[in-house]
Amino acid sequence: MAEVLVYVDHVDGAVRKPTLELLTLARRIGEPVAVALGSGAENTAAALAEHGAVKVLTHDAAEYADYLVVPKVDALQAAYEAVSPAAVLVPSSAEGKEIAARLAVRIGSGIITDAVDLEAGDEGPVATQSAFAASFTTKSRVAKGTPVITVKPNSAPVEAAPAAGAVEALAVSFSEKATGTKVTARTPRESTGRPELTEAAIVVSGGRGVNGAENFSIIEALADSLGAAVGASRAAVDAGWYPHSNQVGQTGKSVSPQLYIASGISGAIQHRAGMQTSKTIVAINKDAEAPIFDLVDYGVVGDLFEVVPQLTEEIKSRKG
Amino acid sequence: MSLRIVVTVKYVPDATGDRHFADDLTVDRDDVDGLLSELDEYAVEQALQIAEDADDAEITVLTVGPEDAKDALRKALSMGADKAIHVEDDDLHGTDVIGTSLVLAKAIEKAGYDLVISGMASTDGTAGVVPALLAERLGVPQVTLLSEVSVEDGVVKGRRDGDSASEQLEASLPAVVSVTDQSGEARYPSFKGIMAAKKKPVESWDLEDLEIEADEVGLEGAWTKVDSAAQRPARTAGTIVKDEGEGGKQLAEFLAGQKFI
Ligand SMILES: Cc1cc2nc3c(=O)[nH]c(=O)nc-3n(C[C@H](O)[C@H](O)[C@H](O)COP(=O)(O)OP(=O)(O)OC[C@H]3O[C@@H](n4cnc5c(N)ncnc54)[C@H](O)[C@@H]3O)c2cc1C
Ligand SMILES: Nc1ncnc2c1ncn2[C@@H]1O[C@H](COP(=O)(O)O)[C@@H](O)[C@H]1O
Repeated sequence: MAEVLVYVDHVDGAVRKPTLELLTLARRIGEPVAVALGSGAENTAAALAEHGAVKVLTHDAAEYADYLVVPKVDALQAAYEAVSPAAVLVPSSAEGKEIAARLAVRIGSGIITDAVDLEAGDEGPVATQSAFAASFTTKSRVAKGTPVITVKPNSAPVEAAPAAGAVEALAVSFSEKATGTKVTARTPRESTGRPELTEAAIVVSGGRGVNGAENFSIIEALADSLGAAVGASRAAVDAGWYPHSNQVGQTGKSVSPQLYIASGISGAIQHRAGMQTSKTIVAINKDAEAPIFDLVDYGVVGDLFEVVPQLTEEIKSRKG
Repeated sequence: MSLRIVVTVKYVPDATGDRHFADDLTVDRDDVDGLLSELDEYAVEQALQIAEDADDAEITVLTVGPEDAKDALRKALSMGADKAIHVEDDDLHGTDVIGTSLVLAKAIEKAGYDLVISGMASTDGTAGVVPALLAERLGVPQVTLLSEVSVEDGVVKGRRDGDSASEQLEASLPAVVSVTDQSGEARYPSFKGIMAAKKKPVESWDLEDLEIEADEVGLEGAWTKVDSAAQRPARTAGTIVKDEGEGGKQLAEFLAGQKFI
């Protein structure tokens, strides 16, 4: 069976959920061979094996942390040359897309970005994508070279599928360009203890209607009662009420949770672009004409300062 | 020595319009008004600020696109860019990101550059990969997705706010930069700027000028093929209630029914 390269997104050896989802998709088109780079790379093997990786190629070097993107492209290219895979799958993070794109040019292949599903096809893997703020769904494939495809979080279930997951050292020699862009300082994002926005099963977002940074505690309390991640509209972010890392939409994160709750958000096209594919959508807005109500499964026309705390209380009492 | 800045700008269908696909599954550009991609306004803005801080700089705005894409160039010129290059050729219709990056890279090399500045993503394709592709093709450092950027003594520095960390980056020129919508509001063209733009030079280049073969680009030459495009079915109309004091409880009831609680 053909091998499929899967680029592993991990934090010091802890494999992030979108990579496990990629393994599910990779198994539809071949045998997953994982590529894990940087500090803790070898520690990814157990989790990857459990989800179907037949091999785990690892390599660590200071370059991965000290220079932007290119060292990882060099390594992925080395893995590509060692394996000759039928396809290369990469998680659709900002960095993942850049790595995948540069690899595609180097190996003379086409690239599909932000796939939300992937199936085997007669002429190679067929990727589903969302277009125009998720108002269209397209099916595409790579027409030249080895398909390089980046896949968004929440595009497939995580499935246990034990495989050998044999660790092999990857031989990498860095190109002259690898050290072109130096990372001179790095400030890790502080953990809030809440789920990762793009990976969360439930997202609770606040917009301009929240009317102040201090009021976001109402949104956070609702999120915590549901074990949810917190999101924000750009209006709330631009006002400085909530960090940009939590922005949902075209220029923020795109989320596709089981449940999305929007409070005080009008539902502009750029916001919809990032949440329209959520399974169930709920909104609280005092304006009955707000476009967000076109999307909802359940909407409450009302003041969020009344409705949200009542909802939080009710959830807490039901959960006991 | 003059700092030569090339800003790549895309002409896109208005996101607030009813965007759709044409019969050949390329983006329909006929039925929806086009404009300079809003995310590329941030690139023009940062170019203007970098130029203002430099002793001597020249900003060229570059687009690959149909006839009407001149509108995007005019807008960038009216914001303050010095000159424009329009790469236009019938054979370009349907070009994908790999092909677009090829054409842009050849045009940037022909124009001459010290610094390329792009937007974070196009608002129609939204791939967000062209800047990285340009760096790969041009063989220069990529300093991308910056929310802050500055250039001094031939070195570009910037801040990249990533998923897990915020990073300070540094590279020597020549380099490719892309900036996010966090980099600072773009200026509005002044009346004077709009008038001045009418006199600024706009060069037109075609594939032959760039020594690119027609089969390397366009729909036929594309590295990817779209097999189908379907409008997402409208979401089934949901239940909407007016809060009469019990809205939160009603919502909880709905969530419980859906097994979220
Ligand atoms: C290039 C570009 C990219 C963009 N990217 C993004 C993006 O990534 N994400 C994004 O979100 N936006 C994005 N935008 C901005 C977008 O167009 C909207 O401006 C933004 O989404 C509006 O945010 P909002 O809904 O919070 O604010 P508003 O549109 O002002 O809506 C606030 C809503 O709150 C309601 N409200 C007020 N008070 C209350 C109350 N007490 N109780 C209940 N409801 C109340 C109001 O009725 C209103 O509907 C982008 C725009 C551009 C041009
Ligand atoms: N046809 C084009 N003409 C000029 N610049 C482009 C074009 N396509 C993409 N770009 C540039 O590349 C950036 C990222 O685009 P994309 O990778 O298509 O999302 C844009 O913000 C532009 O700066």
